Amino acid sequence: MPANTLVFGLRRVGAGAIKVISRLGFAARFFVAVLLHTPSALRRIQLTLREIYFSGVLSLVIILVSGLFVGMVLGLQGYDSLNKYGAGDSLGIFVGLALVRELGPVVAGLLFASRAGSAITAEIGLMKTTEQLVAMEMMAVDPLARIVAPRFWGGVISMPLLAALFSVLGIFGAYLVGVSLIGMDSGAFWGNMRAGIDFWPDVTNGIIKSIVFGVAVSLIAVFEGYDAQPTAEGVSSATTRTVVGSSLAILALDFVLTVFMFRGTGVV
Amino acid sequence: MNRATIDLWVGVFVTVALGAILFLALKVANLATLQTVPSYRLEARFDNIGGLKLRAPVKAAGVVVGRVERFRLDAKTYEAVVTMKIDNGFHFTKDTIGSILTSGLLGEVYIGLDSGGDTAMLADGGEIAKTQSAVVIEKLIGQFLFDKAGSTGSVK
Repeated sequence: MPANTLVFGLRRVGAGAIKVISRLGFAARFFVAVLLHTPSALRRIQLTLREIYFSGVLSLVIILVSGLFVGMVLGLQGYDSLNKYGAGDSLGIFVGLALVRELGPVVAGLLFASRAGSAITAEIGLMKTTEQLVAMEMMAVDPLARIVAPRFWGGVISMPLLAALFSVLGIFGAYLVGVSLIGMDSGAFWGNMRAGIDFWPDVTNGIIKSIVFGVAVSLIAVFEGYDAQPTAEGVSSATTRTVVGSSLAILALDFVLTVFMFRGTGVV
Repeated sequence: MNRATIDLWVGVFVTVALGAILFLALKVANLATLQTVPSYRLEARFDNIGGLKLRAPVKAAGVVVGRVERFRLDAKTYEAVVTMKIDNGFHFTKDTIGSILTSGLLGEVYIGLDSGGDTAMLADGGEIAKTQSAVVIEKLIGQFLFDKAGSTGSVK
């Protein structure tokens, strides 16, 4: 019956919409709960330091190597294009602005989501599957304070630091290519960069972005882990959702933040 | 992984990353703009400020001595009123000429200050009386074509 199919189809759409909205609401309440458990997590700072080690220190290799290569490619491509207009000396300002404002926070955020976010989701999801979280509750240990809040704050603290390191390594990579390989003047490279980049607002905007991305990625990672279906398949799909969801969140937030940061400067 | 090793690595990570932020602030960006160098304000009226931007440099003999703080249109005279922040170390005579210049053909627009021989100096909030507006290329070409057409017409 076509009428029945229509009703069935509408019911599916409705159920899907309700599921999305209730998950959003759950995520928002979860965020508030994590924030409320922050003081008890900070009181045992050792737990957070451990998470900074796992999300921050262990992500260093991929962040530093990617930053270096992104910077070197930017140096080559940028010099090639700029030199066509006789502006090869502006390589420093081009690379610096691109890294500090955009590529540092965004690429470091994407790498962080796939390197650390997925690990956090898989860890919490597996704890849920093996009923460790329930066991903790039985022992009157709140898993939000003991497990979730330290991982959240570990990610939030690590992300801006990783983004700054990414930018610095990228600029160093561009310096290697521009000055050592192509042979442009090192004074022009640094001088133009310093003349064209301001601490306020260029560098600070990049730092604000990386902090926002850190909150978004860490929240999505801990939420997906905590909300995962307690099966092997559930943990695997939760990990996938973390990487896809946080990557999309980073790109969407980046656009929104960039529009706000450009307001009043004559661009928007 | 024991506790002391984790603490050590986190300490190294945080220190190096804060160093990176410091590097971005001092070596990549010019943090000098954040320092509150004591400064005073000068005003100047221009018929046309062309492509002047906020925070554009104010230069004397090519050296940056301040920045454009804000500009607005005077509703009565239809002149642009530009407010500049000049570093306290530099003072200019009352007959200083302010002109809107461009560095190179496509370069940034800045305000050039040329001091005169007056002994009295401009104080905080003072106004630069003599100004030279931005050169608008379209007007210049239009004028040139007009003159050209006029001269060829008179010869014939």
